[in-house]
Amino acid sequence: MPMIEMKNVSKWYGAFQVLTECSTQVEKGEVIVVCGPSGSGKSTLIKCVNGLEPFQQGEVRVNGISVGDPKTDLPKLRAHVGMVFQHFELFPHMSITENLAIAQVKVLGRGKDEARERGLKLLDRVGLRSQADKFPGQLSGGQQQRVAIARALSMDPICMLFDEPTSALDPEMINEVLDVMVELAQEGMTMMVVTHEMGFARKVAHRVVFMDQGRIVEDDKKEAFFGSPRSERAQQFLSKILHH
Amino acid sequence: MLTLDFGFLTPAVVSSYVLKGFVFSLQLTLIAMLGGIALGTVLALMRLSSKSWLTLPAAAYVNTMRSIPLVMVILWFFLLIPLIIGRPLGAEMSAIITFTLFEAAYYSEIMRAGIQSIPRGQVAAGYALGMRYGQTMRLIVLPQAFRNMLPVLLTQTIILFQDTSLVYAIGAYDLLKGFEVAGKNFNRPVETYLVAAVLYFITSFSLSMLVRKLQQRIAIIR
Repeated sequence: MPMIEMKNVSKWYGAFQVLTECSTQVEKGEVIVVCGPSGSGKSTLIKCVNGLEPFQQGEVRVNGISVGDPKTDLPKLRAHVGMVFQHFELFPHMSITENLAIAQVKVLGRGKDEARERGLKLLDRVGLRSQADKFPGQLSGGQQQRVAIARALSMDPICMLFDEPTSALDPEMINEVLDVMVELAQEGMTMMVVTHEMGFARKVAHRVVFMDQGRIVEDDKKEAFFGSPRSERAQQFLSKILHH
Repeated sequence: MLTLDFGFLTPAVVSSYVLKGFVFSLQLTLIAMLGGIALGTVLALMRLSSKSWLTLPAAAYVNTMRSIPLVMVILWFFLLIPLIIGRPLGAEMSAIITFTLFEAAYYSEIMRAGIQSIPRGQVAAGYALGMRYGQTMRLIVLPQAFRNMLPVLLTQTIILFQDTSLVYAIGAYDLLKGFEVAGKNFNRPVETYLVAAVLYFITSFSLSMLVRKLQQRIAIIR
């Protein structure tokens, strides 16, 4: 059973169709990169995986549980699906430690001390132990995003979703975030990553999904995708972002 | 030529006439503020929901309250409730309930703006961590909305404090009433109304200073 399975997912905003019959899957331990021009529906697609965006047709299953089924307890499912956002979305009114502990305590029911300990361990892992008592506004963008990854990890996720995790960052901060993600991928985390960072894709992705105008145009093994993408659209896209 | 004589306002006179009224005015302000913000927050969340059976009654309530002069609401509530519950409620109790219900409409508009000032991504982040609607609001959105809106909430509270003088319409014993009675008994209405104005000023002004201090302490670092 795949960790994430999408079958013919279609979504409309009013009359405008944002997703058209998107199908793909992510096996356990697999890393897939979703890329494509802006407005192609990548972010919408990844938000359908944990039900942050509802969809009108098709089926999404995470670890066998149907996301679109109204009977599914979505919060319970989301608690174990980590998500990292473009704009970090740390909670600005809480310290870094509180950011890491809040969902562990309120959602998973862990004790405060235990949650704090786990949070500090994860901060160590992303190299930010010394920032524990600061507030998000006192950290750089790259540091905030690493905290956001640690926050997602604090919930012991079965898979991780990344929605353009580096596109709001200054260039010199991109690598510190990618390094953390590469490490995660190499440890065997199941990951679905919307990104334009093709270096990351080459290094750790197993498959690359290319989207255009709400459709999945290409869904290939990494080697095949970078070797010779079949669609003209993907070739154009690659030539634009690889040779600039 | 008008000559003012404040000599009659001894501590004994102040405490026997005015103190009780002052305490009630503050009490009324505090209860109506806390109750109004609580009820107003619920109304704001109702208005921002996607379900029309929640938005419509909330909108109707807020718009009605905001379209009627406060003094009329005070009066009508005082006159109607005894007919409904079959016994008089007392001017003070009636004032407390009326102000809470009335101010809730204004506080709800402030809280609505505050909630809307929080980026949608914050809600998404709460949901993505497995929080439910209530948790996301209580732990993530409302604390930030409240901090953002604190100056406005407090300004509204200062207006509320000044508006408490309108309970004269139903004869509740508030700060102004205390001075009025003293003024009548000593035949010194000009002096008592002057001192009343000064006391309203001092209270309102200290409230706004207090707010500024508080705001600095709980401001969000961005």
